Amino acid sequence: MANIRSRWPQLLLGVVGLALVVALPSLVSPFRLNLLGRYLSLAIVALGIDLIWGYTGLLSLGQGIFFALGGYGTAMHLQLNCHGCSRAPGGLPEFFGLYGVQQLPWFWEPFHSPWFTLLAIGLVPAAVAGLLGFLVFRNRIKGVYFSILTQAALLVFFNFFNGQQKLINGTNGLKTDLTRLLGLMVGSDTMQRYLFWLTVLLALLTWLLCRWLVRGRFGHALLAIRDDEARLRCLGYNPTPFKTMVFALAGALAGISGALYTVQSGIVSPQFMAAPFSIEMVIWVAVGGRGTLWGAMAGALVINMGKSLISEAWPQTWLFIQGGLFLLVVTTLQGGVVGWFQEGGPRRLLGRLGLRPRLSTYPALALETRQEGED
Amino acid sequence: MTLFFESLFNGVAIGSVLLIAALGLAIVFGLMGVINLAHGELMMLGAYTTYVVQSIFKLPPLEPLFGAYIFVAVVVAFLVSGLVGLLLERSVIRRLYGRPLETLLATWGVSLILQQFVRTVPLAWSTGLWLAALLGLAGPPVVNRLWGPRQRPWLLRLGSWAVAMAVGVVSAAWIRGTLPKLARASARNVDVTAPRWLRGGLDLGDWTLPIPRLVIIGLTILAVLAVYWFLNRSLWGLRIRAVTQNRAMGDCLGIPTQAVDALTFAMGSGLAGVAGVAVSLLGSVGPNVGGDYIVGCFMVVVLGGVGSLWGAVVAAAGIGVLTDVIGAGRLLEIWPRMPAWLQGGVEFFATTSMARVLIFALIVVVLQVRPAGLFPQRGRMAET
Repeated sequence: MANIRSRWPQLLLGVVGLALVVALPSLVSPFRLNLLGRYLSLAIVALGIDLIWGYTGLLSLGQGIFFALGGYGTAMHLQLNCHGCSRAPGGLPEFFGLYGVQQLPWFWEPFHSPWFTLLAIGLVPAAVAGLLGFLVFRNRIKGVYFSILTQAALLVFFNFFNGQQKLINGTNGLKTDLTRLLGLMVGSDTMQRYLFWLTVLLALLTWLLCRWLVRGRFGHALLAIRDDEARLRCLGYNPTPFKTMVFALAGALAGISGALYTVQSGIVSPQFMAAPFSIEMVIWVAVGGRGTLWGAMAGALVINMGKSLISEAWPQTWLFIQGGLFLLVVTTLQGGVVGWFQEGGPRRLLGRLGLRPRLSTYPALALETRQEGED
Repeated sequence: MTLFFESLFNGVAIGSVLLIAALGLAIVFGLMGVINLAHGELMMLGAYTTYVVQSIFKLPPLEPLFGAYIFVAVVVAFLVSGLVGLLLERSVIRRLYGRPLETLLATWGVSLILQQFVRTVPLAWSTGLWLAALLGLAGPPVVNRLWGPRQRPWLLRLGSWAVAMAVGVVSAAWIRGTLPKLARASARNVDVTAPRWLRGGLDLGDWTLPIPRLVIIGLTILAVLAVYWFLNRSLWGLRIRAVTQNRAMGDCLGIPTQAVDALTFAMGSGLAGVAGVAVSLLGSVGPNVGGDYIVGCFMVVVLGGVGSLWGAVVAAAGIGVLTDVIGAGRLLEIWPRMPAWLQGGVEFFATTSMARVLIFALIVVVLQVRPAGLFPQRGRMAET
């Protein structure tokens, strides 16, 4: 009983949150709901980045690769199983007809199966990330060089997907909103509502998974890699498998996120692998607070919502604001907004403004601990 | 044989653009450990400067000298980007030394701001703003040097900023009036008109060398030699190298390390401006022109070995020649009777974008074997 009483704020928060999520589709317009769903899916990729950057200290500028791979996997499956769509000769998806392709490229074949697709959304990006990570980490390439290499890898994939019309429709990307999933049109409002709920559920699960990971021994190893890799080596650990695993995991999360984002935005295109987008992802985490899971998710949500609202009102100013945010976070708010709160930022700010708050003095502290002890 | 020389020339031409763009980055990254993602945007500023300079040279009193504007543009572009780099170092980069990942994020923010700045602020006003900044900053030291230190430094500073503002506003208004093309901001690309002697090609019997490419190769060679001379033969170059090798020791021996930092960054930025002039000769100039080059520049620096000037030269030439050989499918011309499966592979990669795919992949492979680049630094520096 005591346990429940001490936890009631959390329970209340959970109940209110659940009610909000269930009720939200009837409260806001389908357009806004769709945007919110997209941004929630971006929160998943932000969690992955937080794991590798905030906890392990590996700044990847190439998460767009894995994000887009997840998106392409979903889109390929949907394109293949679209029975009502117009078709190219031979029953291939329509765009193949434009380039005179007669036979389905071999790597499309397994995507007929929904189960394979579900697995591929997570496992293909994880495999690519694992391979890339293993090659890079084995050579002890770290810090800035790792960042630049991931960006180079991003460019490789971008140019490849951009240039191959006959394999995956090149620049135009693959559309999904007119295809059907489980009998419903993917772009329809009903389907979008289900997808929103699915995104909320997956975001929550991902958050729980990450929380479990970073609180356990694995998380401690990651923190040790971030803070002093040489010492960890001297203690007899090999950091390479840890780094490879966490990079692969972040890749899988990016893939899931990309799949959810694709079905909600209605298209996947090589633009998902453009360099600016991947750097933007890093900024969500930096602004929200690296090293705090909440911060990463909130950063992704708030910045994207801010972006869409501000660009609707004043289209010219968004890049200025975004650039300014980068500078602000890097120069003054190094822990991000959540980190700032955790380090007692508000109190220091008040103090600087001359409104000195009451300090927690020794007797007050003692009182608080005694109260807690009673529960 | 012709084929060989043609391929070599094209490769060197591609490589020289890469090299001149990467040169400033090699200095800033190699000597200071700062990842400057705004480097491409500093190039863009140089390219826009070229445009402004050539617009001014189209006016009647200067028109007879139109053929020579490119030399003026090189100098002015160096100053424009260098000044912006100086301000950047003073305001932001200074706080971030020793934290390269943070410099990466901060400079990315700067690059976004610069891109949007070019889109929203008319070129006339940015020219005035730049003039004002130059005069305001340069005024006090120049006056002090010429007439000895003033009694009241703040008065001098105030005066020079007032004069600078006035000059800036007047010049901006004048440019607005005389050059209506520069009066309005737009996100559209602009085209730089090359002087007549820069157009066309040089006939060499079998094939012609495009003159803009030759000029860029010449400019690159000059820039590399100038940087080499500056770093290895001049007093400030000596100081820069000293601070790079051991900052604390340099500080103790009386080297003004902060001034060295500012100078190094400003010089790297200025070289980006010169690269911008070269880029403006190759195509139209727009707010996004910098983004096309930045990753290639980093590849050159990393492949060559961070901090190694000659490494960058070799890497740029190598990447250039490979781009031409792969992208133009030259292996097929050299070896016409290759097996069918190989032929398919060569044709698959024989486009510009696929050539980039293969080259970046090759760079990743090379870095597997030589993680510190082709010409790694040795000794103390290599450990930090």
